[in-house]
Amino acid sequence: MNPIDLTPFDLAISSGLVLLSAALSLVLSLRIHRSLIWAAVRMVVQLMLVGYVLRFVFVTMNPWLTVLVAAVMAGAASYEVGARQQQRLGLISHYATGGGATVFATLVITILALVTTLQPTPWYNPREALPLTGIILGNVMNSVSLALNSFFNSVKRERNAIEARLALGEPRYMALHGLAAQAIRTGLIPTINVMTAAGLITMPGIMTGQLLAGMDPLSAAKYQILLMFLIVGGNCLGAFAAVYLVIFKLTDHRDRLRLDRLHAQRA
Amino acid sequence: MLLDIRDLTGAPGGPFSFTLAAGDCLVISGPSGIGKSLLLRMIADLDDNTGTILLNGAARDTMPAPHWRRQVMYVAAESGWWADKVREHMQPAAEAAALAPRLGLRAELLDAPVAQLSTGERQRMALLRAIIRKPAVLLLDEPTSALDQASTLAVETLLTELAAAGTGLVVVSHNEQQAERIATRRVQMTHGTLTDLERHA
Repeated sequence: MNPIDLTPFDLAISSGLVLLSAALSLVLSLRIHRSLIWAAVRMVVQLMLVGYVLRFVFVTMNPWLTVLVAAVMAGAASYEVGARQQQRLGLISHYATGGGATVFATLVITILALVTTLQPTPWYNPREALPLTGIILGNVMNSVSLALNSFFNSVKRERNAIEARLALGEPRYMALHGLAAQAIRTGLIPTINVMTAAGLITMPGIMTGQLLAGMDPLSAAKYQILLMFLIVGGNCLGAFAAVYLVIFKLTDHRDRLRLDRLHAQRA
Repeated sequence: MLLDIRDLTGAPGGPFSFTLAAGDCLVISGPSGIGKSLLLRMIADLDDNTGTILLNGAARDTMPAPHWRRQVMYVAAESGWWADKVREHMQPAAEAAALAPRLGLRAELLDAPVAQLSTGERQRMALLRAIIRKPAVLLLDEPTSALDQASTLAVETLLTELAAAGTGLVVVSHNEQQAERIATRRVQMTHGTLTDLERHA
C-alpha cells in the first residue's frame, strides 16, 4: 500500500474552489467571502501545524508528549462545548460540566480501545492514540453540546412542569427524568443517522481517507465499524454524564430546582 | 399541633412563626408581589430558607424533601404539566375519576390532552391531582383565581370537607368573600410580617 503524497500544486488547484466560492459571494453579495477565506486559511494553517507537530510526536514516541498533545485537544474541546451554549452555569462550573463530561467519556473509550482492541505497541503509541483521541473527542463534543443545549433550554421552558412534579413530592432525578432522556436522545440522533447512512449514502471520513490512502476496502470497513462503535459508546457516555452533572448543578440537596444558577448568555 | 412553623426566614422576609391545627384553614391576604407565594413555597421547602417546621412533631430537616412535600403539598397558581394526557398526572387515577365531578369536572376530561383544557379546568385538575395524593397539609396559591362563581363554590365546599376530615389548609386569596366563607383564621401579609386580621370561633 502506497500512501499518496499530495504536492503543493495539487492543493493549489483545489484551493481554486474556495476562491471561486468567494468570488461568487462577492458577485451575489452573499457577504460570506471574508469568513470563507478566513476559515480556509485557518484550516490550512491548523492542519499543516498539526501535521508538523504529529510528525515530531510520532518520531519521539514520548508518552508525556503524547499526553500533552491530548490535553491540549481536550482543553480546546471543553472550551467549544461551553461556548456553544446559550444558557450558562457559573463560569467555572459551566466549562467544567460540559468539558468534564466530554473528557471523561473520551478518556474511558480511548483507553478501553487502546488496551483491548487496537493494542498498539507500546499501548500509548501516538500514531494510534492521538488520531483515536481526536475522532472520539470531536464526536463526543458534538453529542455533549447538543444534549446540553437541549437540556438547558427545556429545563428553562418546562419550569412550571418540573416545579409541579417537585411540589407533588417527586425526587429531583424523577422530576427531571423525561427532559434528561429527551436531551440524551437529541445528543445521539446525529450518531444514529451517521450509522444508518454509513456506506449507503455517505462514506465515513476515516474510511474515505484510508481508501484514498490505498488501504484494502474490507480492512478499511472493519476499522470504520470499530470506530463507529467506539464513537457510539463515547457519545452515549458523554451525553449521559453531562446531563446528569447538570441536574446535579441545577438542583440542591433539598431537591429544589435552582434555575437561579442558570443565566442567559450575555450578548 | 399539625404544623408548627418557627422563625421561617427567606426571600419574602420573616421570621414567620405560626401554627396550624388539624382542620384549620388559614387564609393569607395582602398586596400583590409582597411574597405570599414565596411564603408557601418556603413552607414546602421549594426555595432556600432557614427555620424550623414540625409536622405532627416531626422536624422537616429530619426527612428527605420529597417526603416532606408529599405531606405538605404546594399547589401553584399557575399549574405545570409534564405528560400529554390529564390522566397521566393523576395518582391514584381511580380517586381522580371519583372526585372530579365534585369540582365540576366531567370524568371524560381525564382522558383529554392537557392542551385541550381551559385555564379554569387546568386549575381545578391541578388541585385535584394534589388532593388525591392525600397530603396532611395543602398550601394553595389562589386556588380559584381562574374560576367562575359556581366552580369557586364547588372548590370551597370540597376544601371545607377536607378540613373537617382533618387536613390543614393554608390558602392565599385575594377574594374577600372567599376568605369570609372558608377561613378559620385570617392574616394579612405586609413587608415580611404576618398580622392577624380576626379570629373566627
